[in-house]
Amino acid sequence: MASVKRHAEAREPLMHLSKRASISPVRSWIIRICAVLLGFLLCGLIAFLLIEKLQQNPGRIGDFYYAFIKGAFGTSRKFWKFLRSTAVLLCIALALTPAFRMRFWNTGGEGQTLVGVLGAIAVDFYLGGKIPEGLLLVLMLLAALCCGAVWGVIPALFKAKWNTNETLFTLMMNYVATYLVAYFLVVWVPSGSSSLSKLQHGKLPTLGNDYLLIILIVLALTIGLHIYLNYTKHGYEISVVGESIRTAQYVGIKVGKVVIRTMILSGMLCGLAGYLIAAGMDQTITTESAGGQGFTAIMVSWLGKFNPLAMILTSALIQVLNQGAAQISQDFDVSGAMPSVIVGIILFFIIGSEFFINYQIHFRGHSAKAGKGALK
Amino acid sequence: MKKLVALLLTLALCLTAAVSLAETPANVKLGVILLHDEDSTYDLNFINGVKEAQANLGLSDDQVIIKRNIPESNECYEAALDLADEGCNIIFADSFGHESFMLQAAKEVPEVEFAHATGTMAHTEKLANFHNAFASIYEGRYLAGVAAGLKLNEIKEAGNLKGEFPLMGYVGAFTYAEVVSGYTSFYLGAKSVCPDVQMKVQFTGSWYDEKEEKAAAEALIAANVDLISQHADSMGAPTACENANIPNISYNGSTVESCPNTFIVASRINWAPYFEYLVTKKAAGETIDTDWVGTIATGSVVLTDVNLQAAAAGTVEKLEEVKAELEAGTRKVYDTAAEGFITVGGEALTSYMADVDTDDAFTPDTEVVSDGYFHESEYRSAPYFDVQIDGIELLNKMF
Repeated sequence: MASVKRHAEAREPLMHLSKRASISPVRSWIIRICAVLLGFLLCGLIAFLLIEKLQQNPGRIGDFYYAFIKGAFGTSRKFWKFLRSTAVLLCIALALTPAFRMRFWNTGGEGQTLVGVLGAIAVDFYLGGKIPEGLLLVLMLLAALCCGAVWGVIPALFKAKWNTNETLFTLMMNYVATYLVAYFLVVWVPSGSSSLSKLQHGKLPTLGNDYLLIILIVLALTIGLHIYLNYTKHGYEISVVGESIRTAQYVGIKVGKVVIRTMILSGMLCGLAGYLIAAGMDQTITTESAGGQGFTAIMVSWLGKFNPLAMILTSALIQVLNQGAAQISQDFDVSGAMPSVIVGIILFFIIGSEFFINYQIHFRGHSAKAGKGALK
Repeated sequence: MKKLVALLLTLALCLTAAVSLAETPANVKLGVILLHDEDSTYDLNFINGVKEAQANLGLSDDQVIIKRNIPESNECYEAALDLADEGCNIIFADSFGHESFMLQAAKEVPEVEFAHATGTMAHTEKLANFHNAFASIYEGRYLAGVAAGLKLNEIKEAGNLKGEFPLMGYVGAFTYAEVVSGYTSFYLGAKSVCPDVQMKVQFTGSWYDEKEEKAAAEALIAANVDLISQHADSMGAPTACENANIPNISYNGSTVESCPNTFIVASRINWAPYFEYLVTKKAAGETIDTDWVGTIATGSVVLTDVNLQAAAAGTVEKLEEVKAELEAGTRKVYDTAAEGFITVGGEALTSYMADVDTDDAFTPDTEVVSDGYFHESEYRSAPYFDVQIDGIELLNKMF
């Protein structure tokens, strides 16, 4: 009798997965929040293992968690910086989104942003002080938009003509951009330090403070892109191409034209982000001017399910994590690698939670009941 | 009697308290901005300097804040002002590209002192609260060069030279004054004990690129050099030397653990004296020098222990002797008076206009050769020796 039962159990796996037919928003948010809390818990445990000052004084664990709030909201300067960083990251994520919506995996946001910075700084370098400041800012903007657009459209042309792999192509263009910047730094800085001092001209006007103008520009862009994607013919074509290229061809949409047009837009908006970095913040350029945000933006767009309004939240979340983690490095005097570990763990849990929202786990024993709904 | 003892004890206690108060500056908070973190030997050297100064002065952990991984962009400006918000009254940044952003922050909070390593703008900007600092590391490299020269003599006497004359290789980051000044002083140190030495220099175009630095060292080894030194921040060149069994003079710190057979000695800048200087001056309310140059005498330019396994016999003694002469000023690194020591195109160097006051066009503006030597780091803290002298061949250029 017992052996028969064991035999039956052995045939059924301990657990199996099935795709959820649907999930209520409340439930999905409960899963998300639980995942973030678990992530923070694990971070605390890892912090105990790695941070000496926490081992010496475990009472500071409160400080550890408080750093996430302090990092982004501790002072008004930190808060403004948080808003502006969120805006710049969001701008790049917005730029990538039209391409993503048509299943064109533009991993070149980093390079497209960097050439945007390069275009703006090149104009500033050669014309700064020689023409009126207003005209300079306009020319810098045009240069940034053009450079970004060119960097975006090259892979799109290859995709449309020869169906090349856009993921690899756009990725490789990032490296070309980096070395192009390195080249110009060598040309522009004859002393050999490859470090361009902050330029005296080409600074965006301030609106009350240094931060607000950029935030407002990106806010307007977010709303504009939301409308473009959801309420215009172009936006509709992008969605159709993304759903099925054959359908798009069948209804008479010229797929190549949509791909090229959308990548020009995507590159241009990255160029705009580059302009905001160049004219709004740095007024100089290094090979790190985009600072990896072109890659982070992919995650922002993806986590926001390619919805511009939702992406405000995801990019804010990532900036809270970044500034909080940097605060931890500062408060506990730990190596710069520690913040990356913390941000990585929490993002891992957030991405993981999407899995549990889309799929359901059935354990042996409960499966007879759950199986009815899930199977077939 | 008892009362007297008690009184004396109390007095003594008060005195020690007063003394320790004077020794521990309570009204100072130091903020430090670093380009990278411990992974880069350059930044690690600054972290070690901060910790050493903190221990020496008895500063509490609350009096020192380190911000790591701050890029050379607006982020540096934000970081500096954030440190000021947190109550720092001395803010220091370690990377050349931080300078214009530190300057921008310095203008906004005049009550806070801003100090910047390797920068060039303080003496022309004339801002009361903005300061540059460097060290006469060329003296350290000169000493390291002496150790190299002695090693070459040993190889030569044993009949093991790769070519007809002693040949050194040097891996440099950029063709930039700081590097040119460095490799020239290294070469001159070697030449002072090994007169027929020559040197080839290969640039990488990056301050930190392990792969490139290793490749550059391997290229030099293939060109039959007898010894290698480097001015870049990774383990690339030392590793290539250990693999090929070529003697190596290192930088930023000892590499003896990874390279026990080839590491001879390394020079480095110790930044602790500068941090101590900044803190004590601020605590006492005194002015901080616009350009501060650390020397062998201030303990800012140091050599690591000599690796006796790889160094030539008598190296330690010779280094002590030369060091004493440099400290006393009886020996100059860039000695233009000695016959045939420094020549450019076969001619003695009697005059040189250097770009000391940095402008956009980098125009030479100051005569720096006088009294029989090149006055490096005397008119500003950052190096400006960028003369290409005879005996050194550049294999490539990375401006």
